[in-house]
Amino acid sequence: MALQITWFVLWGVLWGVYFMLDGFVLGTGMLHGILGKSDGEKRVMINTIGPVWDGNEVWLITAGGATFAAFPTTYALMFSYLYTALLLLLFALIVRGVSFEFRGKLDNATWKKGWDLAIQVSSLIPALLFGVAFGNIFQGLPMDAAGYHGSLLSLLNPYGLLTGVLFVLLFLEHGALYLTVKSTGDLSNRAKKLADKLWPALLVVAATFLVSTWFATQLYDNYLGETLLLIVPLLAVASLVAIRVFSAYGSPLKAFAASSATILLVVATGVIGLFPNLIPSSIDPASSLTIFNSSSSPYTLKIMTVVAFIFVPIVISYKIWVYRIFRAPLTVEEVIADKGAY
Amino acid sequence: MDVLTLSRLQFAVTSAFHFIFVPLTLGLSILTAYMETRYVRTGDETYLKMAKFWGKLFLINFALGVVTGITLEFQFGMNWAEYSKYVGDIFGAPLAIEATVAFFLESVFIGVWIFGWNRVSKKLHAVSIWLVAIASNLSALWILLANGWMQHPVGYVLRNGRAEMVDFMAMVTNPYGLLKFGHQLVSGYTVGAFFVMGVSAWHLLRKNRPDFFKRSFSIAAKFGLASTLLVAIIGDFHAVEVAKTQPAKFAAMESIWETKRGVGLNLLLVPDPIKECNSLEKLCIPNAVSMLAFHNPDAEIKGLKEFPPELRPPVQPVFWSFRLMVGLGTFFILASILAVIISWRGTIEANPLFLKILVWSIPLPYLANQLGWIVAEVGRQPWIVYGVLKTSDAVSKSITTGQVIGSLAGFTLLYSFLGFVDIFLLTRYARKGPDDDLSGIIKPTRQEV
Repeated sequence: MALQITWFVLWGVLWGVYFMLDGFVLGTGMLHGILGKSDGEKRVMINTIGPVWDGNEVWLITAGGATFAAFPTTYALMFSYLYTALLLLLFALIVRGVSFEFRGKLDNATWKKGWDLAIQVSSLIPALLFGVAFGNIFQGLPMDAAGYHGSLLSLLNPYGLLTGVLFVLLFLEHGALYLTVKSTGDLSNRAKKLADKLWPALLVVAATFLVSTWFATQLYDNYLGETLLLIVPLLAVASLVAIRVFSAYGSPLKAFAASSATILLVVATGVIGLFPNLIPSSIDPASSLTIFNSSSSPYTLKIMTVVAFIFVPIVISYKIWVYRIFRAPLTVEEVIADKGAY
Repeated sequence: MDVLTLSRLQFAVTSAFHFIFVPLTLGLSILTAYMETRYVRTGDETYLKMAKFWGKLFLINFALGVVTGITLEFQFGMNWAEYSKYVGDIFGAPLAIEATVAFFLESVFIGVWIFGWNRVSKKLHAVSIWLVAIASNLSALWILLANGWMQHPVGYVLRNGRAEMVDFMAMVTNPYGLLKFGHQLVSGYTVGAFFVMGVSAWHLLRKNRPDFFKRSFSIAAKFGLASTLLVAIIGDFHAVEVAKTQPAKFAAMESIWETKRGVGLNLLLVPDPIKECNSLEKLCIPNAVSMLAFHNPDAEIKGLKEFPPELRPPVQPVFWSFRLMVGLGTFFILASILAVIISWRGTIEANPLFLKILVWSIPLPYLANQLGWIVAEVGRQPWIVYGVLKTSDAVSKSITTGQVIGSLAGFTLLYSFLGFVDIFLLTRYARKGPDDDLSGIIKPTRQEV
């Protein structure tokens, strides 16, 4: 029981950290053609995420692997039920990864234009689909003992789409703030302006999301049972407000930290509301996948706990160390001079 | 076609495509790391240029290996949900461990290596490519322990309607998995060695940068000889393990129908699965199969007829893949010996015909790797987990034929396009040769400033 709860927490943390880290990569990707005015600026944008995007994406692989190892039934049903959505997600992630690597490999305008478009589309699709998927998980999937009764189209319901838009805006804001910090001069200024312009839209969508969650899902039940937990969504709102405050007072790094916290807390808000479900059923509560009816054996959970508690701290330490190595903002001149760059 | 057949086809397509890139990553990461280490030790800039040049080709290849790997993890859930439910308790663990222990290390330090040339010290830079190489090897270990478990399941009990892990160490020390790991690792090194020898040969035939490519060639030749010999030695022990644990697969590999003692190896053999015999058997080496299978000339080999037809793997693909793989392996050993001799004698350029053969041999170790996996995976049929779960019982129940036709078509199109672009870029950069401009990599020393 304690192990299942531990793994539920870890499951939420893995998704939260993944969205926080890939969020700014996806955001930067979506902004690729919007903020990058010249080839040099576009290259700066790709190179700010160059050293870290791959390591950030591994959090997704780990979240998937952890679901497989700790909650195999949830893994099996979630992935087969959401087949077509996941397929589109896979295609987008594949294209995104090679776009970064391939774009700079040929000095040809058409070639670069093609990959520029690829970067933008393949960043928008995962942001939107992850939101749609989690929106639907929050609502519950139409599943019972006979199986799954939904389709790709049924995922695109209003609440699912709203969550999708929320994710897109969160990541756009996050990416714009990341670029404010990591680039210099004109590009950095334009990124900051865009972040400020996006913020009211994000606020409106986030507020709509919090209200419709009351009507569309049962996430608030846990909060009504334990009101102390309300501190998590309240902190999410506070950090969302803090983004704008820090930006206004000229602290882009703090604003970026606030948007990181916002993403983590939004995910936490949803995951706490789900407990003890991993995927609730919208038509038959008895068919909900919970941490109790879909988990691995205590023995496997114990082994996996030992692995996680040894290796995750090691991973986090060397990741922080690498982020520190690459902490300096990039200039266009620097990127053009560096032949190893993307 | 039904969901089962389509899903099998899709898994074959996506894993075979992913596996074009993995073996070169295994081999070329080590060669690049070695070259950079030589540079750090000796200060000789040619080694630095070598690390840069081969490293660039490594990266073009690496990118596709990374992105196509995610598909495989997702597919277990998407197409093989019944499998994932049934064995996730034990099979999920090595996959999650692979991500935590290996993928993070690999992906973080590849970033340091690509972008860190003037941000970290020379030594630390060389350490990062070693960490990438070690992480790739570690990732192979965990995925092959997972596959080893499917081939020869250990450390589990059937309980609560599924296979549950009861002995983690049994899975980690499963001889089947460890032998497969060893065999695969050195097969990957072989791909790397023949890649470097082949590209070097292409340039040497054109008298481009002889010093650079002769040095690359001789490093790869030695690495290749050690690797190809180990492929054969570990492969031999691996075959013994197969004969012991998967007698039906072994019988299909050698196309043996009747159970007999002291079975000989027919150098010329054509199986006839319909008549359940071989239509041609010539040039027999007495007792050789028994010797290979159990290291005992009189050992009894179980024939395919020992198993009911529905429990036999398809003989033709397994037999021919195995034959061709062993044939190629033999060729690799001979070619490596010759390559080491000419580079030791300093007569590499005096052998243009051999160099030409080496250029055309670049794809062959890739082919051998794929053939080995056909033997392993087709030879395991009809089981997905040998003796425990049939492939036909493993496929997802909720997906439709239309969905899988769509996904298979999508993967085929996308992967064909990416494969084409990748080969185009690899060829282009391989032909271009090394870059002499090291500005931006080597910081000027104090005196120079």
